Amino acid sequence: MTEHRMDEWIGYLLRAGVLSAAAVVAAGAAWYLASGGPAGDPRAIKLIWAGLLILVATPVARVVFSLVAFALQGDRSYVLITAIVLAVLAYSLAAS
Amino acid sequence: MNHLEFTAIVLGISAVAGFLGSLTGLGGGVVVTPVLTLLMGVSLHHAMGAALISVIATSSGAAAAYVREGFSNVRVGMFLEIATTLGAVAGAHLVAVVPASALAIVFGAVLLYSAWQSVHQPAERHTTESDPLAARLRLSGSYPEAGRMVAYGIQRVKAGFAMMFGAGLISGLLGIGSGALKVIAMDQIMKIPFKVSTTTSNFMIGVTAAASAGIYIRHGYIEPALAAPVMLGVLSGSVIGARRLAGTRVHALRLVFGGVVAIMAVEMIFSGITGRLR
Repeated sequence: MTEHRMDEWIGYLLRAGVLSAAAVVAAGAAWYLASGGPAGDPRAIKLIWAGLLILVATPVARVVFSLVAFALQGDRSYVLITAIVLAVLAYSLAAS
Repeated sequence: MNHLEFTAIVLGISAVAGFLGSLTGLGGGVVVTPVLTLLMGVSLHHAMGAALISVIATSSGAAAAYVREGFSNVRVGMFLEIATTLGAVAGAHLVAVVPASALAIVFGAVLLYSAWQSVHQPAERHTTESDPLAARLRLSGSYPEAGRMVAYGIQRVKAGFAMMFGAGLISGLLGIGSGALKVIAMDQIMKIPFKVSTTTSNFMIGVTAAASAGIYIRHGYIEPALAAPVMLGVLSGSVIGARRLAGTRVHALRLVFGGVVAIMAVEMIFSGITGRLR
């Protein structure tokens, strides 16, 4: 995969992640308000959480994608660099 | 105020913050937190959590466009993300031990600096030479300008890396993207051209904020009913702001908005000192 193609795919990936997260969060928030807010349906809050998690996963997916792309290019030093970033992200997200 | 009115007002405020944040380059996250705490009475921790979420959304949305246009330097971003994510994890852990009043004071100081930086852009000093570490990591690149590709080299990688740890720390500590500090590291220390610095910084902000997000979730700083309207408001405001960027008289707007932000920053410091914030 060429560097330019890799950049294009990263662009699509980020956009798809943000748009789908926003759609799920909006649906969850509308449900939350329609069902009466804090006293309403607890599943609405779960739906908002699902959207927020898609959002947080988006940059993480970008890092995973970069890791694969650097590996396909046979670029060992950048595979290592990307793996370190991914490890830090995994540490932060593991217990949440 | 019932929850419907509250949500509508938060959505509106966040949209304005996102719009002005993207027009001025300050970012919506750093603006929305003081408004939520000072005007809406939201606790500082919950405001920071909601702002952090909005930062991930706006930076990933904007980075999508920049990466495809070839401005961002993905290698530089990836390498420096080691520093920013480690800093962010450390900063996010510190939130639990630093008192809210101290956080408010640091927040005000960073906001004041960002406002100053948005109106005062230093001269461009890029170079085609790279330092040995930059050469070993193949960090140099090129970017499109006026129809041709301009090549640039990268200097003082170690100092830039250290500064990036600091930028990540502030990002995690305050729930902001910390774009102003990332740009200093790249533009001022590493001599990366301004357009490449700002877009690569944007590209890194999402990953840096994601590194704090896990810890924020664990500590309960992210309140979904608040984070939802803040995220949706800031995101839509900043998309509109980015569309308006070409053609508006940005400099005059930067001055006005810089002044407003400076007042908010002083207010933030003041409420930290008097212990008014929760």
